[in-house]
Amino acid sequence: MPKVKVDGVELEVPVGATVLQACELAGKEIPRFCYHERLSIAGNCRMCLVEVKPGPPKPQASCALPAAEGQEIRTDSEMVKKAREGVMEFLLINHPLDCPICDQGGECDLQDQSVAYGRGTSRFHEHKRAVTEKYMGPLIKTTMTRCIQCTRCVRFSEEVAGVDEIGALYRGENMQITTYLEKAATHELSANVIDLCPVGALTSGPYAFEARPWELKKTLAIDVSDAIGSNVRLDSRGREVLRILPRVNDDVNEEWLSDRGRFLVDGLTRRRLDKPWLRRDGKLVAASWAEAFDAVAKINPGSSVAVIAGDLVDCETMFAAKALAGALGSSLLEGRQTGLAYDCSNLAAVNFNSTLAGIEEADAVLIIGSMVRDEAPLLNTRLRKAVKKGAKVFIVGPHWDPTYPATFLGDDLAVLGDLPADVVAAFEGAAKPAVIVGGAGLAKGGREAALALSERFNIVREGWNGFNVVHMAASRMGGLMLGYAQKGGIADLIAAKPKMVISLGADEVDFTKFADSMIVHIGHHGDKAAHAADVILPAAAFSEKDGTYVNTEGRVQYGEKAVFAPGEAREDWTILRAMADALGVTVGFDSFEQLRAAMVAAVPALGTEGLADYGALPAAPAGVKPEGAIAGYPIKDRYLTNAIGRASPTLQRCSAELIHGEAQAEAAE
Amino acid sequence: MALHDKDRIFTNLYGYQPWNLPAAQARGDWDNTKALLERGQDAIIQEVKDSGLRGRGGAGFPTGMKWSFMPKESKDGRPSFLVINADESEPGSCKDREIIRHDPHKLLEGALVAGFAMRARAAYIYIRGEYIREAETLFAARDEAYAAGLLGKNACGSGYDFDVFVHRGAGAYICGEETAMIESLEGKKGQPRLKPPFPAGAGLYGCPTTVNNVESIAVAPTILRRGAAWFSSFGRENNKGTKLFQISGHVNRPCVVEEEMSIPFSELIEKHCGGIRGGRDNLLAVIPGGSSVPLVPAAEIWDAPMDFDGLKAVGSGLGTAAVIVMDKSTDIVRAISRLSYFYKHESCGQCTPCREGTGWMWRVMERLRTGDADVSEIDMLQQVTKQVEGHTICALGDAAAWPIQGLIRHFRPEIERRIATRAGDVREAAE
Repeated sequence: MPKVKVDGVELEVPVGATVLQACELAGKEIPRFCYHERLSIAGNCRMCLVEVKPGPPKPQASCALPAAEGQEIRTDSEMVKKAREGVMEFLLINHPLDCPICDQGGECDLQDQSVAYGRGTSRFHEHKRAVTEKYMGPLIKTTMTRCIQCTRCVRFSEEVAGVDEIGALYRGENMQITTYLEKAATHELSANVIDLCPVGALTSGPYAFEARPWELKKTLAIDVSDAIGSNVRLDSRGREVLRILPRVNDDVNEEWLSDRGRFLVDGLTRRRLDKPWLRRDGKLVAASWAEAFDAVAKINPGSSVAVIAGDLVDCETMFAAKALAGALGSSLLEGRQTGLAYDCSNLAAVNFNSTLAGIEEADAVLIIGSMVRDEAPLLNTRLRKAVKKGAKVFIVGPHWDPTYPATFLGDDLAVLGDLPADVVAAFEGAAKPAVIVGGAGLAKGGREAALALSERFNIVREGWNGFNVVHMAASRMGGLMLGYAQKGGIADLIAAKPKMVISLGADEVDFTKFADSMIVHIGHHGDKAAHAADVILPAAAFSEKDGTYVNTEGRVQYGEKAVFAPGEAREDWTILRAMADALGVTVGFDSFEQLRAAMVAAVPALGTEGLADYGALPAAPAGVKPEGAIAGYPIKDRYLTNAIGRASPTLQRCSAELIHGEAQAEAAE
Repeated sequence: MALHDKDRIFTNLYGYQPWNLPAAQARGDWDNTKALLERGQDAIIQEVKDSGLRGRGGAGFPTGMKWSFMPKESKDGRPSFLVINADESEPGSCKDREIIRHDPHKLLEGALVAGFAMRARAAYIYIRGEYIREAETLFAARDEAYAAGLLGKNACGSGYDFDVFVHRGAGAYICGEETAMIESLEGKKGQPRLKPPFPAGAGLYGCPTTVNNVESIAVAPTILRRGAAWFSSFGRENNKGTKLFQISGHVNRPCVVEEEMSIPFSELIEKHCGGIRGGRDNLLAVIPGGSSVPLVPAAEIWDAPMDFDGLKAVGSGLGTAAVIVMDKSTDIVRAISRLSYFYKHESCGQCTPCREGTGWMWRVMERLRTGDADVSEIDMLQQVTKQVEGHTICALGDAAAWPIQGLIRHFRPEIERRIATRAGDVREAAE
């Protein structure tokens, strides 16, 4: 570990650290624009200049300079102060003075740093440069005159997202950041450049002029748009969540967020179920809560009750529903709405055991029936990192563009029983081999085949478990832990012909199969389940209730309530509690704390934040002979995967424009 | 003290003879190159080190030492490359062009010798986009050499495989910077890379690479044939050898001429260029090393020795030895302003001080040219040049700053006079 001196204080820094990191370890703030921990080093903004001895008698860019034994670094000398003032002055001469109308105001690196390190006045009397706006799609609003050419967005697109969509044109002071031929940025992580942009050049289009950052209440929550469980921050004002931003969590989402998780926010205020509805003569009519509970009581199902959990619900809701069903004498619980029926007797065999951060270290990966980019965008960035480190990736299933080199082994699962020689060689030679089974794989028995491969290639070994299942629903792992799985899947529920079906936001279910059941829908959006429901009890979305979520790697995380549910809608658990009264049973909790305590008592793993322990993998079932072609992947439209997304005008526009290629009619001027 | 014809390396500099292979061989090129290679890599590098050859591209880094930085063996299977910088775009420079169009085989033989010495797999010659005829000649010469077995597999019968690729640039000055050239060769936007890593560690396609100027490479075979002692007999200590000087501007006969290093400016001008236009007293200033170095006023340049150290002593540099002579008819502020425009136009735009600073400096220079400025702005301009200098990734920022600094240092009264005159005019008009 090299020893360096920062402003006279000696300290040891890790091998491979840069001078900038050394200064940060010493507690010194180094201003920067282009440098970002998760991107390659560009060294082009020149804001991080420090004085380093030994070295040339000029300031050095600390972000790009390796810390070396015996360096004397000064961050407080006259030379450094002058250098920072100089660079700041250069950055500002062509930057417009439009802070009052700039959405970045209040959270702008340039604004903050010019206050801290700038000179205070300008000596520039020439004309300022102006740059025409660029079209970057429905999500990213551009004001390119503000761009300081830090190239963070370019590097993010190339390195993290793996698509060459953003680049620089021209040179010198005419250099411009743009998408190629001004096509929209179309990949699934495109909006992260909004967070990366240190100035107001790239801002959020849908959020334009909505609010100033200091007006917003910040709430920590968990993204429900996929099973990654990205850590997010909900920024709300009054009763409305105005935007969703990623939080840093290196184990889960690093600091990225998928576009659909970020922009479903405007779906939270649209198509909401804000009062109870009852079906009378085939038509839904508005009702009061008392009427609604009367209707529920009138169903009087006895023990003939089934509960179907939707993709977005939290563990508490599912536990409360389970308690209600249990009190009525039923254990017909299911969360796999589309009919999947894989064996859930051992949760380790349906879990992402490598962990999201761990999969980066895999050196041979076999993906069975998963279009990772759509199903778990932030898993794909991890896989991309693994490939950059030398991992080989093989995919069984129809072709998709993974953004990294991968070998497609065909659509037919039969290939798993007769792997090509190069796959066998890669897996036998791998130190950390991994298999990943996705939704399309689960449907065709890919899980059993993967278990067989795990045994064959010894995929679980000391310090490494390479058996992975990637889910798509935020509620899936929690639901499985709470017993929301029947042996035959949802078919068992259909076969039981329950008198009452409780839908917990179950918007993906084919309710025509439950034609003889009374359907009580506890949900927050007027989506598919609401159309089939006989009683609609308006509930809270993920932003409107505290809740526990378990992501695809078995990580238990807690989200908090940002705002109140609209209208007469209530938090889900209170509805279930009131239903228990209506149906004349007791569920054993009267408050959220009691509910959570009961849940933790039943499933202790849900009581601790972090990875749940599911034990060892089961033995592979004997005589597995995988076969059958994967015809397609479950997600047809990556923007409209859930009820909130389908209600969001922004994601609808993304879907229309980016997936279906419809030209958007601009308002006539 | 003057170079004799027998000691000239570039014997076909003016193209009086054909450039092709038979003519080149008659002049001594490709003469038993195999024997040169048989001396061994270390012996070749030592000979070049002993000759005192300093890089001819402008910075003057000792060439032999540069070659010795290359790895002696590849530990991880990466090949090494030689990149030859023929992107001669510095205003005033025109020596590589003469070498390529009249003596291309000197360059190709040098490429083989130098490439062999640094254990390179291949050489890439990056030729400036505007050099169309020159590129044609170079392509043809390369094909001749391949056909004659001098390059390619078993080059010159030495048992060493060596390829030479000629790559045409697209006319960007910045691609003459070594790492920007490597980026451009890789097919990317020509922008200098951060150093470290230096090209000798990770250069072209991430492999160890040395980037040399055309002239540095082209003189190598002759140095090996005639010996380090012969080459180092010219010039002062630390400034050895012969050099191609390119004199342009207000002399009676502008020319490119090979001369001894350290020749006094006066002798260079009087002997080869027929003197200053209008006589010695008509000389105003000289830019002695291409547009990137500060100008030197007449009094200081006249007796200065034309070498790295001699010109450093008068506050300038040898650069590429592109001597731009300006007599008293020159609008010196306008001349430097034009150079500022050049650097503004050629800045790659990657790093802040150069991207923003070059445009600012040019705009202020344009106002100083007409006197539409305040006297305090001269000091401000000086400060801005200091804010650019030494704060950038590559040396283009320095190159843009130095001419202006030279102007302010030597011609500040002229700038102030213009400001005063214009201010006076305005006052009259207002009354």
